[in-house]
Amino acid sequence: MSEKTEKTERLSVFKTYKLYVGGKFPRSESGRVYEVTDAKGNWLANAPLSSRKDARDAVVAARKAFGAWSGATAYNRGQVLYRVAEMLEGRREQFVREVAEAEGLSKSRAAAVVDAAVDRWVWYAGWTDKIAQVVGGANPVAGPFFNLSSPEPTGVVAVLAPQESSFLGLVSVLAPVIATGNTAVVVASEKSPLPALSLAEVLATSDVPGGVVNILSGRTAEIAAPLAAHQDVNAIDLAGADEALAKELEIAAADNLKRVLRPQAVDYSGTPGTDRLTAFLETKTVWHTTGALGAAGSSY
Amino acid sequence: MDMEMLSSAFEYAPAPESRSVVDIAPSYGLFIDGEFTEASGGKVFKTVSPSTEEVLSEVAEASEEDVDRAVRAARKAFGKWSALPGSERAKYLFRIARIVQERSRELAVLETLDNGKPIKETRDADLPLVAAHFFYYAGWADKLDHAGFGANPRPLGVAGQVIPWNFPLLMLAWKIAPALATGNTVVLKPAETTPLSALFFADICRQAGLPKGVVNIVTGDGRTGAALVAHPDVDKVAFTGSTAVGKAIARTVAGTRKKLTLELGGKGANIVFDDAPIDQAVEGIVNGIFFNQGQVCCAGSRLLVQESIQDELLDSLKRRLSTLRLGDPLDKNTDIGAINSAEQLARITALAEAGEAEGAERWSPSCELPGAGYWFAPTLFTNVTQAHTIAREEIFGPVLSVLTFRTPDEAVAKANNTQYGLSAGIWSEKGSRILAVAGKLRAGVVWSNTFNKFDPTSPFGGYKESGFGREGGRHGLEAYLDV
Repeated sequence: MSEKTEKTERLSVFKTYKLYVGGKFPRSESGRVYEVTDAKGNWLANAPLSSRKDARDAVVAARKAFGAWSGATAYNRGQVLYRVAEMLEGRREQFVREVAEAEGLSKSRAAAVVDAAVDRWVWYAGWTDKIAQVVGGANPVAGPFFNLSSPEPTGVVAVLAPQESSFLGLVSVLAPVIATGNTAVVVASEKSPLPALSLAEVLATSDVPGGVVNILSGRTAEIAAPLAAHQDVNAIDLAGADEALAKELEIAAADNLKRVLRPQAVDYSGTPGTDRLTAFLETKTVWHTTGALGAAGSSY
Repeated sequence: MDMEMLSSAFEYAPAPESRSVVDIAPSYGLFIDGEFTEASGGKVFKTVSPSTEEVLSEVAEASEEDVDRAVRAARKAFGKWSALPGSERAKYLFRIARIVQERSRELAVLETLDNGKPIKETRDADLPLVAAHFFYYAGWADKLDHAGFGANPRPLGVAGQVIPWNFPLLMLAWKIAPALATGNTVVLKPAETTPLSALFFADICRQAGLPKGVVNIVTGDGRTGAALVAHPDVDKVAFTGSTAVGKAIARTVAGTRKKLTLELGGKGANIVFDDAPIDQAVEGIVNGIFFNQGQVCCAGSRLLVQESIQDELLDSLKRRLSTLRLGDPLDKNTDIGAINSAEQLARITALAEAGEAEGAERWSPSCELPGAGYWFAPTLFTNVTQAHTIAREEIFGPVLSVLTFRTPDEAVAKANNTQYGLSAGIWSEKGSRILAVAGKLRAGVVWSNTFNKFDPTSPFGGYKESGFGREGGRHGLEAYLDV
């Protein structure tokens, strides 16, 4: 951004980076910002420094969105996720620039990362209406019952996005959470939050209902603590936490028995598999009485 | 018809099951590395029959040192056991299933003596399910490549398993069968008040020729369990019990590599719609809350009845409760056995008193309680609101809280208004309503027009604070695989 001003007579228009909560773009209620720099230390922008109140507001928004999003058809969710890929493709140049600045990558490396992120949305778009058939099914119980296990979304998931892979890593942890019908509160990479905050603009124009994804920037430890302890958060992905923070958060998460996905070494350029989809799914098993037609006596 | 007249007109003669089929030793050690050994500190505790308070046996109390010995034995056995072809592991488990079937009368009587539950239940529910569970998972041992977890999924290592007293041998089966099928070795701690069937299971392992150290049984109280869960060389922790202890365990394993599954408390809603077949619903309600004296995590402890049929349903339910037979658990006619311990009885009593104190209306059938042992009459509360303690807290006893609703939406909202999410029941003749309501309930197991059904192929486990992970079925394998 700053380079462009040197090259042209025209003074460029900076973007005010904002949070994404409940489908809106608020500043932090705390009024705080922090300086975001590129890999070389040059100023890029001021990002909102979210407070615990912002975290709580985001949880409220995510909870409110959960009913409709989890109740949407899997086909519908797939189309919405595919739409995200379409919108992202159209903004490819912007994200290549932002990722290159954020992660200190060459333009071609950054382009590969953005392409992979677009493709990742496509991958998960295709999973929405298949995962139930892969992990669910009928169980042959020894009795006159039709017994069916189906996956259901866990609920509101707090997602600590990876610190290094600020965009592909983010997409890789976020997309599987919402693909299955969960709603998310995302804490962006602390050092490189701008690609995440820009992704919010893509989500807002991709038919993703407001509140399904909420994105916060700031100090990971500061925002994650209230999320891990929040009684209305059902699960937490600790991808962006270091070892000490991860342990602290896992202890806090035990208070309402959140499902916890511990940090692990992940190569985000590889094929994701289904682990992140299944990490935030519950299995519901319903026993339906079938009776016994043709047998003597009543149907049950 | 006058129920008292009816019941006296058809008085039952006692039909006790013989306890001569089971031979309980005066004392038991810990089962570690294929041998019974004394606890390092020499400490023992007594296990009593809850129906008579008779001391059944003395059992070793495992110290931290004993737990360590057991974990080391399991670690030592892990290499060979996990390297065995799955087809060989399968055959050990099939053997165990068959021996359980052969010895099921003995084990049923033993379980009834140590737990206090009716022989009718141990004979017809617990033991058949134990054998079925081993039989089911035996078949998985050589088919793990096809279970949907990728090729050649690996076991985790040593599993530390802590189980409750309400279904002692069945919970053992739920823990040990999948663990062994997938190639793990185990250290299992049975509940303090019901250690005997696990110790008899050790003898079944011996008869089956199971390699030493693959199954280790350490008896003791919560401290023994805590030592097992915290042991640094345990790779997997599986716990069934209270939500409070489950949370403590989750904190203990935080920041470690230990894989955790928890099957915890519940406050299941049993929803009866106005079109339900009343007689069948009544049977389901009775089974839902009085099976095993209500000491069931998935019990239907909240009855949600549609307002328009409340009176009719409650009349039927009260009539049915008046016919329940409470008494000697070994009597084959007994419906309601003893509460498992004095401690549990005190908890049930206190919660029922809280129900009265908060303004709910208490009712029990006229029911004579035996002089010795721990007993609690089947109880139901009406005029219960969602704010009442008895509508929120798990009582784990034969106490039913009755609430009402008008619309399906209200039923769903009330059913889901709990920190728990283990089970629910729906009674209706309308298929679309059953499917819609089942879809909206935040519970891991939903029974429609039935209740408290279990099967080894059917995944079991909770939402929310009822825990996480599933036991049973293909899903149950995941808890014991490095996937």
